[in-house]
Amino acid sequence: MTPGPHTREGAARESGETDSVTSPAEPVLSIEQLTVDLPAAKQMRRVLHDVSLTVGAGEALGIVGESGSGKSMTARSVMRLLPRGSRVGGQILLSGSDLHRLSRSELRRTRHRKLAMIYQDPRAHINPLRTIGDFLVEGLLEDGRARRRSARGRAVQALRDVGIADAERRLRQYPHQLSGGLLQRVMIASALLTEPELLIADEPTTALDVTTQQEVVGVLDEQRRERGLSLIFITHDLDLAIAITDRIAVMYAGTLVETGPSHGLHEHAIHPYTRGLLESRPRIDRTDRLHAVPGRPISAYEVGAGCVFVDRCPYAVERARVERPLVRAIGGRLVACHRADELADRPLDSEG
Amino acid sequence: MENVLEIDSLRKVFTVRGATGGHEELVAVDDVSLSVPAGASLAMVGESGSGKTTVARIVAGLERETAGTVTICGERRPRRVWRSARRRFARHVQMVFQDPYSSLDPRQNAARAIEEVLVEHFDDGPADRRRRVQELLDHVGLDERQATARPAHLSGGQRQRVAIARALAVNPRLLILDEAVSALDVSVQAQVINLLIDLRQSLGIAFLFISHDLAVVRQVSEECVVMHHGHVVERGPVGDILDHPQEAYTRQLIDAIPRPGWVPRSRERRAVA
Repeated sequence: MTPGPHTREGAARESGETDSVTSPAEPVLSIEQLTVDLPAAKQMRRVLHDVSLTVGAGEALGIVGESGSGKSMTARSVMRLLPRGSRVGGQILLSGSDLHRLSRSELRRTRHRKLAMIYQDPRAHINPLRTIGDFLVEGLLEDGRARRRSARGRAVQALRDVGIADAERRLRQYPHQLSGGLLQRVMIASALLTEPELLIADEPTTALDVTTQQEVVGVLDEQRRERGLSLIFITHDLDLAIAITDRIAVMYAGTLVETGPSHGLHEHAIHPYTRGLLESRPRIDRTDRLHAVPGRPISAYEVGAGCVFVDRCPYAVERARVERPLVRAIGGRLVACHRADELADRPLDSEG
Repeated sequence: MENVLEIDSLRKVFTVRGATGGHEELVAVDDVSLSVPAGASLAMVGESGSGKTTVARIVAGLERETAGTVTICGERRPRRVWRSARRRFARHVQMVFQDPYSSLDPRQNAARAIEEVLVEHFDDGPADRRRRVQELLDHVGLDERQATARPAHLSGGQRQRVAIARALAVNPRLLILDEAVSALDVSVQAQVINLLIDLRQSLGIAFLFISHDLAVVRQVSEECVVMHHGHVVERGPVGDILDHPQEAYTRQLIDAIPRPGWVPRSRERRAVA
C-alpha cells in the first residue's frame, strides 16, 4: 500500500530538522509541573504526575495515550473542569495568567473568550431541545459581541467554513436531525465562532466512521491553519495525531514520557512506550506478526518509585525500578528514559 | 473443503418508526451470500449501518432473517429454532462482542463464567470440568489470580480473554468476532490479535471477523467482504482488496485510514447530507 498522491511528506521533509524541542518563545499555553489528585473512596488518588508542556501560538500539539494515561485529565485541568475536591499542584498559564488562580467571573470570561473545547460525544454537549441556530447564536449574544441579526449571519458563515453547504436549513434543525459527523462540524463551527486562543479537541473523531473522521479532522486542520489557531488534539491514534499536529506528547500512567516533532515520529521515536505503541498498531500495508507490549496499561496511582513503564518495558534496567527518569532533551526530543541516549542511536525498524 | 457457514441471499428488513410517525421499512441486509470454509477466516468490513453486525447476529441466531438461508456445518437452520436445536447450533457457532463489560456477569469470576457454559452444554463431572476450565484459561493466557477475579477487577483485554474462553468452551467450529478488538487499547489490542491468530492455528476454528478496521483485518483474515448499505460491494483475498481495491467505496474506506504520510482530505464545501 503506497501513500496516496495527496501526501505533503516531500514538502515537510525539505523544511528539515528545524523543529525546536519546545514551542516558540511566547507560548499560548504553558503547563508547569502539573500534578492532579482526585478524591476517591477515602483517599486522594494521583492522576497526573508533574506534567509540563507548552503550546505555541498557531501550534497544534497532539496528546496521545491509552485509556487512563491522563490525556483527558490534562485537558480538563486546562478547562478547570475537575471534580470538586480535586487537588492541583503546579501552574497552568494561558497567555501568562494562571488559570487556577482566576476568580469565578474571570474564569467564566476566559473560558468564553480564550478557550474552546470539542468533545468525543457532541450530543452530550448540546441542548437537544434547541435548534442548531440557537446553539450557535447564543454564545455570541451572551457576551454582547453581536446583535441577533449579525450573529445569525456569522453562524451561517461559520457553518459554511466547516463545509456545511445548506447552512440556512441546518440552523433551523435540531441536533437529532444531524448525523454524528455533521454535529461534530457544528461543534467545530461553534468553537471557531468564539475566536478562542486555544482550541482543545478531546477524541473528537473516535466515535465516527473512518470516512467521516477524515472529513471532520480535515475541516478542523484546515480551519486551524487558516486562522492560526493553537490546538491541543487528544487521541489514542498516533498516526492520526501525526497527520494534523506539529508536535506530539505521549502520555502513560499520568506521566509525559516523550515529546517531540510529529513529523518523522515513526523513525525517531525514542521512548520504549512510544516505540511499543508504533509497533503494536496493525498496519494496512503489512502482515508480519505484531509486537505486542506485554502486560496491561496501569493507572497513574499504581506507579511505584521507578519509571512508570518499567513493568512492561523490554529495555528496563535495575535503575528504572528505583528511580523515576527525568525528562531530558535528546535528538530534538524530550524523553523520560534512563536509556534514552542509547535508544536514540538505535532507530526503530520501521518503513514508516 | 467443507463449509462451516453458508449464507444464501440473506435479507433483513426492520420496521422502524419513520420521521412522520408512521412505520417505515429499513432494509439492513439485502441479498448477501457468503461462505466460510472450515478453519478459514473471513472478514466482513464496513462502516456503521452497513449491515455487517446484522448479518453476524442472524448467523448467531440472535436475529431472525426476513428471507434467505443460513446453513451451519451442513445443516440448514429453520426460521424458527426450538430449544434443543438452538443448543446444537450454539455448539457450532459462538460469538464474541465488542464490549466484554456488558457481555459478562459482573458477579461471576472468570473461572465460574467459563464453567457455567460447560455445565449448560456437557455432562462432565466436576473434576473433568475443572480440568477443562484450566485448559481454557491457559488457552487465552489468564493466570490464577485473574481466573478468580470478577470482571470489574480485570482490564478490558483480560475481560475480552474471558469472553473468548467462554466462546471456545463448547469447541465451536465457527467463532463470530463482532468488533471484538475495537474497544481495546492499542498495546493490548495487539496481544488479543496475536492470541486469536494462535488459537485459530492450534484449534483449527473458523472466524467470521467483523470489523471497521481494515488494518486489523489484514492481520486476522485471508478473505474479506466489503459491506455498504446492506450489500456486499466487493469480495476477495484481503491483500488484493487492500492493495488493489476495485470499488470506489472500498478505495474511499482505505484512503481514510491514517498512516505514515497520510493527510486528511476534507472534501470540503461538499454538501453533506
